[in-house]
Amino acid sequence: MTKHWLRSLFVIMLAGLVFAGCATTSETPEPTEPVEVDVEEPPPPPPPEPPEPPQDQNDEGIPVYLGTNRLLPRTFYFDYDRAVIDPDDLSALEMHATFLNNHRDRSIVLEGHCDERGTREYNLALGENRANAVSTFLTSAGVYSRQIETVSYGEERPADPGHSDSAWTRNRRAVMNYR
Amino acid sequence: MISFFRILSLGLCGSSSLAFAADTLDTIIIDAGVDNPVRIAVVPFRQRSELDGLPRMADIIGFDLARSGQFAPLDEENMLSYPTEEKEVFFRDWRILGVEYLVIGRANLEFNGDVSVSYHLYDVANERQMLNDRLTAVRGKWRDIAHHISDAVFEKTTGIRGAFATKIIYVLARDAGAPSATFSLEIADSDGERARTLFSSREPILSASWSPDGRTVAYVSFETGRPGIVLQDIVSGSRELLPQFKGINSAPVFSPDGNSLAMVLSRDGNPEIYVMNLKDRRLRRITRHHAIDTEPSWTPDGQNLVFTSERGGRPQIYLLELKTNFIERLTFQGDYNARARLLPDGKHLVFVHRRNGVFHIAWQDLERDVMQVLTKTALDESPSLAPNGTMLIYATQDQGKGILAVVSIDGRVKYRLPSSSGDVREPAWSPFINTLSEG
Repeated sequence: MTKHWLRSLFVIMLAGLVFAGCATTSETPEPTEPVEVDVEEPPPPPPPEPPEPPQDQNDEGIPVYLGTNRLLPRTFYFDYDRAVIDPDDLSALEMHATFLNNHRDRSIVLEGHCDERGTREYNLALGENRANAVSTFLTSAGVYSRQIETVSYGEERPADPGHSDSAWTRNRRAVMNYR
Repeated sequence: MISFFRILSLGLCGSSSLAFAADTLDTIIIDAGVDNPVRIAVVPFRQRSELDGLPRMADIIGFDLARSGQFAPLDEENMLSYPTEEKEVFFRDWRILGVEYLVIGRANLEFNGDVSVSYHLYDVANERQMLNDRLTAVRGKWRDIAHHISDAVFEKTTGIRGAFATKIIYVLARDAGAPSATFSLEIADSDGERARTLFSSREPILSASWSPDGRTVAYVSFETGRPGIVLQDIVSGSRELLPQFKGINSAPVFSPDGNSLAMVLSRDGNPEIYVMNLKDRRLRRITRHHAIDTEPSWTPDGQNLVFTSERGGRPQIYLLELKTNFIERLTFQGDYNARARLLPDGKHLVFVHRRNGVFHIAWQDLERDVMQVLTKTALDESPSLAPNGTMLIYATQDQGKGILAVVSIDGRVKYRLPSSSGDVREPAWSPFINTLSEG
C-alpha cells in the first residue's frame, strides 16, 4: 500500500514538473503525455550475511577485548593477606569466562603468588587461595573445571624482586596463562 | 686467611662424588655475645710442616667458641707463652691474663697419611686438666676434627653438648625475581665453610629439613612445574620425588624416629596436614578444616604435631595430639604466629611472630606462657634449631639481600652468615651427626 501511494505521488510530482516547464517556455511544448514511470522495486537486499564474529583472540590465541587488538588483563592483584577478587577485575574475568565458554578446547593455568611477607609455606597456601578464588569465579560463570589448572608459587616467583610496598603490591597476584 | 681456608677446603673435598661449587656463604659476622663471656686461650697447635697448608686448627676452634657467644678467646699476640704439651704449661702465665680455660694441642701425620691431633683442656684457676684426647682421621676431615674438639671443650666447660660439628642446609637463589633465576640446595658446615650443592634447578626450592639420622634431607622442589616433595640422600646424592598430588605438596618434616614424614597436601581442596609412613608410603590425613592448615612439626616424643592454622581467622600455632586428634591453640599474642619448631626439651617453641607489621623470630615457654621476641631484624623467617637447642638459625634480609643469621635462645648472642653469591634462605640445622666417621 505504501508503495502504491508513493508511486502516485511520484507521478503527480512528475506531472507538476512538466507543467512548470510549460509555463516558462512557450516555444515547443512537448507532448506531455503523462508517463507512467514504472519505479522498480529496489532489489531485495542480499540476505544478511551471518555477522562476522568480532575477533576475540589475537594471533597467539590470547583473548582480546571483542573486536580490538587489546589483550584482556591476565594478572589480577590482591590485598595484603587476602584472597578476595577485586571487584574492578570482575568484568575482565567475565570476558575470560565467556571466551573459555566459547572455546571449550582452550584451557588455562592459574598461578597464585604472594608478596614476601609471612612464612613461605603459609604463602604457598595463600597463593593457592588466590588462584582458587579466580578459578571459582570462572567455574561459576560456566567454565569447565577441566579447563583450569591452578598452581601456587607462594612468594617464590616475585614479579618484582624489590622489598618496597610497590613491589609487594605487584607481587600479590593471580596470573592467567592460556595454553 | 679466610680465602686461604676456602682454597684449601676445595682441594680437600675434591674427592666428593657430588659437584663442588665455590663457597656460597661469606665469613661470619659476630654481632653480639653474652655480657661476660668466658675467657679462654686456644694456643696455636704445633702442626707438622706437612700440615702447613691446612688452616690452623686453633683458629677454627677459637672461632667456633667465639661465635657461640659464650667465650672470648684470647688473641695470640697477647699470650705470654705458647705451650703445645703438658710440660710447657705454666698456669701463672694464664692466670695473669685472667684466662679461665686453656686449650693446647699438636697435630701429626700418621704413616698412612691420616692426621692425628692430641689436645688438652685445662682449668687455669684450679690448675687441673679437664680433657686429654687424641683424634685420628683422614686429612680431609681436618676441619671436622677441629669442630669435634670445639664440641668437647664446649661440653666440658658449659655442661651443654656442643653443636659445632654439625651441618646446615639452605637454599641459594641467584637472580631471584628474574626469568634467569636459579635455585640450589646447599650444604655447609655449621660455620658456613665447605659449601657444596646438593641440587640445583631453574624452579624454586624451599622447606628443607633433615632426617633425624642426618643422612637424608626432604624439601619442596618445583622442578615439575608444581610443588613436589623430594627426599635426597646427602652422601650419594640420589633423589626421590614422592608421588605428586594435585595442588600443594609441601612442608615435609621427618618424625623424630625417622619413620614418618609430616607434610601438607591440598589434594582435597585446601591445605591439610598428612603423615606418610615412609616404609609403606601410606598417607594418613591429620587435619580436617576448611581454613589453611600448614607448617607441621613434631614434638620431640613424636606424639604430637604443632602446626600453623588459620582456623581462628588469623594464622596461629596449634598442637595436635596424634592419638586423639585433640587440638589446642598455643599462641595468643599478636595476629600472626607461624612456622613453629619445638626445642629439644619439648617445652619451648620458636616461631615467626608479626609485631607492628614486622616479622621477627620469637620464643615461647609453653608451661609459663611467656613469649619473647628474639630478633630485631625484619622479614625474619624459617627458624631452625641447633640440635643442642641453644641457638637457632633463621633467614632474614640485610640491605635487600637474603642472608642467614643465628641467634641464641636467650636472644643475647647473634651472628650473621651473608652470601655474596645471591639470596640465601630456608636454613635447616642438622641433628647431631658423626662427621668424623661419615661422609
